[in-house]
Amino acid sequence: MNRYLTQRVGFALLILTALVVVVPILLVIGTIVVQGVSAINWEFLTHMPRDGMKAGGILPAIVGTLLLTLGTAVAAIPVGVGGAIYLAEYARDTWLTRAIRLAIINLAGIPSVVYGLFGLGLFVLFLQFGTSILAGSLTLALMTLPIVISAAEEALRAVPVEFRTVSASLGGTRWQGIRHIVLPQALPGIVTGVILGLLRAAGETAPILFTVAAFFLPRLPQSLFDQTMALPYHLYVISTQVPGMPLDIQYGTALVLLALVLSMSLVATIIRNYFRRRRQW
Amino acid sequence: MVRRNPKIRIENVSYAYDGKLALRDVTIDVSANAITVFFGPAGGGKTTLLRLINRLNDLVEGTHMSGRILLDGRDIYTPGVDVPALRRRVGMVFALPLPLPGTVRENVEYGPKLAGVRDRTRLGEIVVRSLTQAALWDEVKDRLDGPASALSGGQQQRLCIARSLALEPDVLLLDEPTSGLDPISTGKVEETLFELKQHYTIVIVPHSVQQAARVADYAAFFLMGELIEHRPGKEIFTIPRDQRTEDYVTGRFG
Repeated sequence: MNRYLTQRVGFALLILTALVVVVPILLVIGTIVVQGVSAINWEFLTHMPRDGMKAGGILPAIVGTLLLTLGTAVAAIPVGVGGAIYLAEYARDTWLTRAIRLAIINLAGIPSVVYGLFGLGLFVLFLQFGTSILAGSLTLALMTLPIVISAAEEALRAVPVEFRTVSASLGGTRWQGIRHIVLPQALPGIVTGVILGLLRAAGETAPILFTVAAFFLPRLPQSLFDQTMALPYHLYVISTQVPGMPLDIQYGTALVLLALVLSMSLVATIIRNYFRRRRQW
Repeated sequence: MVRRNPKIRIENVSYAYDGKLALRDVTIDVSANAITVFFGPAGGGKTTLLRLINRLNDLVEGTHMSGRILLDGRDIYTPGVDVPALRRRVGMVFALPLPLPGTVRENVEYGPKLAGVRDRTRLGEIVVRSLTQAALWDEVKDRLDGPASALSGGQQQRLCIARSLALEPDVLLLDEPTSGLDPISTGKVEETLFELKQHYTIVIVPHSVQQAARVADYAAFFLMGELIEHRPGKEIFTIPRDQRTEDYVTGRFG
C-alpha cells in the first residue's frame, strides 16, 4: 500500500469518527422535533396541565425551570466569580489554595444525585427552607460552582500579566487593576463558563428531585419558599410515572426543554462574540 | 557619585530573587532635572534597580532586598508608605508599549481617574497637556476617541509616556523605551525626553550604548549586578576610568 493510499484511508477514518459524533446529535434533535412539534401550540406553552397531565399545557414547568436557572445564576455567579478572582489574582501557592483547588476538582466529579441528597439534608431539612425554589436553586448552584470557578479562573489567567503591572505603575491598587482592566478583558471567558454551568443546571433532574420539584402542581409559584414543577423532572414523570401518556406530549416537553437550553447556549455565543470583538490585544 | 540633596538616593541596595543575587551593594545618587542613564550588558541589574525605585518588584514573589532607597530624603520602603501614591510620583514606561484596552483618551485618563479626578474639564486639560508634553498631541488630536491599539508603535510608546505624565510625577523611569521602535520614532522619543528633563527627574535604561551617549547627563555602568562607574555622561563615554567600562563602551564586549 503506498503512502498516498494510507493517507486517504486515514482521512476517511477520521471523517468517520467525526460523523460518529454528529449523527447521534442530529438523530436526537431530529426525533424530538419530528415527534414533538405537533404538541407545540399556544395552549401547550401557556396553560396549566389538566386531566392528569395528559392534556393542557406545561407552563408551570417552563416557569419553574426558568426561575430555578435564574436562582442558580444569582447564587453561583457572585460566589464563583469571586472565588475565581481570589484564586487567580490574590492567592499564593499554599497548602490552603491547593486544598481549595483539589476541592473544586472533586466537586466537579460528584454525581448529581449526591448533590440532590446533600441539598435535601442541608437546605431542605437542616436550614428548614423546605422543599422550595430556594433550596433547589442553592443545590443547583453548588453543582454549578466548580464549572464557573474553573472557567472564570482560566479566563482571568489568560489576561497578560503586563496589564496588571501597567495599572500598578499608574498608581492603581491591585483591585483597581482587576476591576478596570482584567475583569473586562476576561468577561467573554467568564460569561461562557457561567452559561455552560447554567445549561447543565437547567437540564438536571436529580438535584431538584428532593429539593424543589413537584410531581403535579398546576399553579405558578408565589414565593421563593414554594415548590414548583420543572421541565426535566416533569419529563421524567410523564415518561415513566403516568400510564397512557400521549407520546406527543412527552416529545413536546422534551422539545421545549431542548429549545430552552439551546437558545441559552446561542445567547452565550452571541454575548461572547460581542465582547471578543471589543477586546484589543 | 554622591551629591548634596539628590532627588533619589540609593544606599547599599542588594537584591535577590530565587536566591540569585541581582544587585550587589549598589549606592548611587540621581540628580533632579537631568537624564540619568543606567547602562551595561544584559543581566546587569539595570531594569531590576529601575523597578525598585517605584516598588514594582513588590508584585514579584520570592525576592529579598536590603539597603535603602530615598526619594527626596524619605525611605520609600519603610512600612506605612502609600505605594500607589509613590507610583503616582514615580512614573514608569516599559520596553514594550502596551496601551490599555480602550481609547487614546481613556489611556491618558486612567491614572488621574484612579487617583480620584472626576471633573471633565480638568481631565480634558490633563489629556491635552500630557499628550503635548509627550509630543503626540498633533498626531492624535483628531482620534482621541479611537482605539489606542490603532496607533503606530512609536505613537503607542509616546502614549505610554503621556499616560505616565498625566499623573504629574516627579520622576520618570523608562526601561528601554525605544527598543521596539524605528530610528525616526526613537528620535522623537529622545527629543521628548530632552524637553521633559526641564521639569522631571528622568532615569532611563537605554537600548544601546549609542543611545546612552546621546541622552545621558549622567551615566551609571552596571555589570553583573554591580555599579562599576557613575559619572557625567560627557566623561564616561570619552574617558572612562574603569577598564571594564572602557571595554564595554568601545564595543570590546557586550
